Amino acid sequence: MLYRFWVAYLTITRKEIMRFARIWVQTIIPPVVMVALYFIIFGNLIGQRIGEMDGMLYVDFIMPGLVMMSIITNSYTNVVSSFYGAKYSRHIEEMQIAPVPDIVILLGFMTGGVARGISVGIAVTLVSLLFTEFSIHNPLIVLLVALLTSCLFALAGLINAIFANSFDDITIIPTFVLTPLTYLGGIFYSIKLLPEFWQQVSLGNPILYMVNSFRYGFRGTSDIDLLTAIIVILFFIALLFSVSLTLLARGTGIRQ
Amino acid sequence: MLALEISNLHKTYASGLQALKGIDLRVEEGDFFALLGPNGAGKSTCIGIISGLVNRTSGNVKIFGHSIDDEFILAKSLLGSVPQEFNFNTFEPVEEIVTNQAGFYGVPARIARKETEHYLKQLGLWQHRRSQARRLSGGMKRRLMIARALVHKPRLLILDEPTAGVDIELRRSMWDFMEQINDQGTTIILTTHYLEEAERMCRNAAIIDEGDIILNSSMKRLLKQLNNETFVLYLRDDLEQAPQLESFNKIIRLDHHSIEVEVPERLSINDLIHELETQNIVVERMRNKANRLEEVFVKMTTKTDDASAA
Repeated sequence: MLYRFWVAYLTITRKEIMRFARIWVQTIIPPVVMVALYFIIFGNLIGQRIGEMDGMLYVDFIMPGLVMMSIITNSYTNVVSSFYGAKYSRHIEEMQIAPVPDIVILLGFMTGGVARGISVGIAVTLVSLLFTEFSIHNPLIVLLVALLTSCLFALAGLINAIFANSFDDITIIPTFVLTPLTYLGGIFYSIKLLPEFWQQVSLGNPILYMVNSFRYGFRGTSDIDLLTAIIVILFFIALLFSVSLTLLARGTGIRQ
Repeated sequence: MLALEISNLHKTYASGLQALKGIDLRVEEGDFFALLGPNGAGKSTCIGIISGLVNRTSGNVKIFGHSIDDEFILAKSLLGSVPQEFNFNTFEPVEEIVTNQAGFYGVPARIARKETEHYLKQLGLWQHRRSQARRLSGGMKRRLMIARALVHKPRLLILDEPTAGVDIELRRSMWDFMEQINDQGTTIILTTHYLEEAERMCRNAAIIDEGDIILNSSMKRLLKQLNNETFVLYLRDDLEQAPQLESFNKIIRLDHHSIEVEVPERLSINDLIHELETQNIVVERMRNKANRLEEVFVKMTTKTDDASAA
């Protein structure tokens, strides 16, 4: 029985990876171009005037955040568009009819989102080498935070897709929630620059923990305690995983 | 053994629509069973519940004795389904759609590829295996859904309007294929609006209307319920008005050269022709107005409409 589920999981995962790999010009290239522009404008042109941030060149400071932003956006977008697309054209029924437990469907879509997030993350990191020197303080932390963050946002994308009733609904959250939280999540600045009140407000933004722990992995410096950051990420993963599984079991948005 | 056992199945949608009102249905293993009914009768809801696409309000469904609740893995692994509407990713290549479906059922990749090749060849799609599904014609898409439903070798196959929109030549070849699958031991449940199709292939049938099963019997017994048949007669000479015949009540003049006559079961076509000849009316050709099952179907569902109107 477990072997059967394993085959089903691999099938969903492969299908999901093939989906974004087949249209790599639309899925991999645009975030790479966008981040290259960030490096040129914020890293080089404006960054040279800013000088240092947290004891390092500004371009080195923003590099981990830009990679993390790409991972977040792409993990989320992959699952929300794939799952909603499957709902819209009804090929989600292929999995619903088959003896695939909800948890396998969930893990398959999540892995697809992680695969795209990490693929784009690697591509963006390679592009960053044109602008910064490559140095990693702790590769394990980098890998762990990248994987956990992409899991988290793949799950968030799935929940968005489950509730979405139109293509508009899958762009509302990324535009009005995800992007502001990402920009305010310490990619471009250290929260130490903020007044005390806004520092406390910033601590309520989960993306701050991801960006800072990721920056710690690359540069060995962070505004947030690493363990706290990992616990926060794990907490949100557990929460969104449970919510997603419950929604799939109830058939919310996919069964009448 | 029962391939499908449905007990007291109810479905009420959030809108308040009662789609199924406690239906019971049993389909024997190896049967070719027709589930008939007008649009909106509850057929697709019933199939949706069996396939796990629709949540039921109450009732039980068992596939080869396995409950779709407690043993859903076993129950679903024995089921294949061809839905009414296309439900595959039209941007995926044909071969991938079928292979992936096998994967969802836990079929290892090597066997999945072999089975995919087998069914795509059998259904005439092998040369299109690398094409995106959206490039296929309507008939090819229908065949693709059949290949996809069979790739894991289900013991129960549900075909929801499998030949809708398919030309007659292809429809006939699909009938042959379905009969072949049934002969090999696969139980088939067919819903169709082409009653000729059901009459030709199915051994048993149920008619569902307004969420209730109003008739469930063998095709033979079903057709015996037909008390009369309607024929269209094409006449040699012009006719100004419908003839008055002693033994036949319902005679309608369709045009100068044709009439429609309802022939009761106790009388034969010979009686009709003989009586027309006594009035110097010569019949050149004739045909059934509708096939026999269609007449039973109309009679049964119309009766229900009348009752509900009252």
